[in-house]
Amino acid sequence: MAVTALGGTEAKRSLVRFRKLEDERWLAFVLLMPTALLLGLFIAYPFIEGVLLSLSDAKVGDNGHFVGLANFFKLWNDGIFWTSVWNTFWYTGVTTVFKLGLGLWLAMLLNRHFRGKAIIRAFILLPFIIPTVLSTFAWKWMFDPTFSVINWALLHLGLIHLPINWLGNPDLAMGSIMAVNIWRGVPFFAISLLAGLQTISPELNEAAAIDGARPWARFWYVTWPLLLPVTMVVMLFSVIQTFADFQLVYVMTGGGPANATHLFATYAYQIGIVSGLLSQGAAVSLAMFPFLFIIVVVQLLYIRRVEVR
Amino acid sequence: MIEGALWRRWVFYNIPLILFVIVLLFPFYWMIITSFRPDGELYKPWNSPLYQPFWTNKPTLEHFVYLFEETDFGQWMINTMFIALMSTAISLFCGVLAGYALARLTFPWAGSLGTLIFITYLVPQTLLFIPLAEIIRDFRLGDSPWSLILTYPTFLIPFCTWLMMGYFKAIPKELEECARIDGASRWKAMLFIIVPVALPGILSAGIIAFTLSWNEFIYALVFLSSPEEKTVAVGVTSELIRGDVFFWGSLMAGALLGSVPVAVVYSFFVEHYVSGLTGSVKG
Repeated sequence: MAVTALGGTEAKRSLVRFRKLEDERWLAFVLLMPTALLLGLFIAYPFIEGVLLSLSDAKVGDNGHFVGLANFFKLWNDGIFWTSVWNTFWYTGVTTVFKLGLGLWLAMLLNRHFRGKAIIRAFILLPFIIPTVLSTFAWKWMFDPTFSVINWALLHLGLIHLPINWLGNPDLAMGSIMAVNIWRGVPFFAISLLAGLQTISPELNEAAAIDGARPWARFWYVTWPLLLPVTMVVMLFSVIQTFADFQLVYVMTGGGPANATHLFATYAYQIGIVSGLLSQGAAVSLAMFPFLFIIVVVQLLYIRRVEVR
Repeated sequence: MIEGALWRRWVFYNIPLILFVIVLLFPFYWMIITSFRPDGELYKPWNSPLYQPFWTNKPTLEHFVYLFEETDFGQWMINTMFIALMSTAISLFCGVLAGYALARLTFPWAGSLGTLIFITYLVPQTLLFIPLAEIIRDFRLGDSPWSLILTYPTFLIPFCTWLMMGYFKAIPKELEECARIDGASRWKAMLFIIVPVALPGILSAGIIAFTLSWNEFIYALVFLSSPEEKTVAVGVTSELIRGDVFFWGSLMAGALLGSVPVAVVYSFFVEHYVSGLTGSVKG
């Protein structure tokens, strides 16, 4: 008797539970729960923790005390920090221009029918697919001071007379890192922009051609405006990834020579993890946030404007 | 496309395209040739006789042997595979559910929640790695694969959710309504009608999530410390460089083998990968 009664309420309860899932609000709540839990625990919580950490003087093995903005004042007077800020902007700006230009060019080259197109497209994306650290090691080996294959080629082409120390000279090191970033990023731009190009009806270009528009004018007045929304989204992702880059610099130079090639992320790693000054490292990382925030807001507003138009 | 004479086609299309392909693929060729080349040839001065930079007549497996006998490379591969598969599974599960809710259900704050997830999509890992390392330590997850399995979803879920939202939105409402009229519950309609239709999207999201977690570096670098727990990227970086000495042959062999799983998955599902990538861009 008791058993059946219990079973009855149990069944009724599970029925109630399922009926609740019929309500869209409850279903949505249940479906979003796992995501909210993981993102809350490992993004929102670390963010708050990071802010608190950057306002303390914690080191490895020492929880530290609240020190206000002391870490940020310290950064303000830190030459290497300003070098990394400048490097990050320069790195992001230059590589984005090249990735966009070369990516667009490659996309245009691929946007027609020819034999072997599918296989070429598949191979072209490889630099983007292969784990960055691993392919960057190949580049580091190609830039090796004594055994650089690039130097070998340049010497044999008669373009240089002495081997170049690509990663040992501060200016060249930054340029070399940029080259690798561009190499890795161009395929992503090309494939995304190619998808954008394929949504543009060829009739529009043909109509413009019949009206007498030269190829350059056709690109500038027909293709480019239609491609702009996709371009902006691709840029948004690329700019953020580049701005917050770590792997490339870590492998190529580790921030050297003489701290000349640090970005926000590598400098934060250098201070926070290698030197163990957690609070200061967290401050360097967080200093990236306002810039990222502005970049995202500006780009999203621009995307909205482009899409409305 | 409007094209002119044959020479124009070569100058404006074929030659630039060939140059692009050479530059984009050369580093991989160099990786392969280096990993099969004996040390004696790798570190040979250029002015020595019979110097051939682009080919070797004495291919060797010594670098691969070194990798497996002197380092934990096999273990790193297993670790990376386990971490990538687990975090992909978790992210797909969460992303499909959340994507469905955000794309097809009406509830308060649906719009702002969608925006919030898009914003987390844009949070780079380098912003939070230091406080996250502290949290991982507090949870006693340090130096264990679970530290990565649980944190990788933070950048994979937003991506999967965003991609799945696009796929779910494209499925007509009528499909679900038919099932509901035939007596299926909401839950069942989602599980048996909508999810199967969105399977290509789930496959795309899964493949990209797998390659992204295989590619992740900074969390693995910071959270793992013992050699046998490391992932391929971290292990290769820390164990094949001793001070200033780079074991280039083994480094390239490791880079080559470490790329194989990703390359294999990619080669089988190129179309899914590309459609996922471009789908995520179109939003």
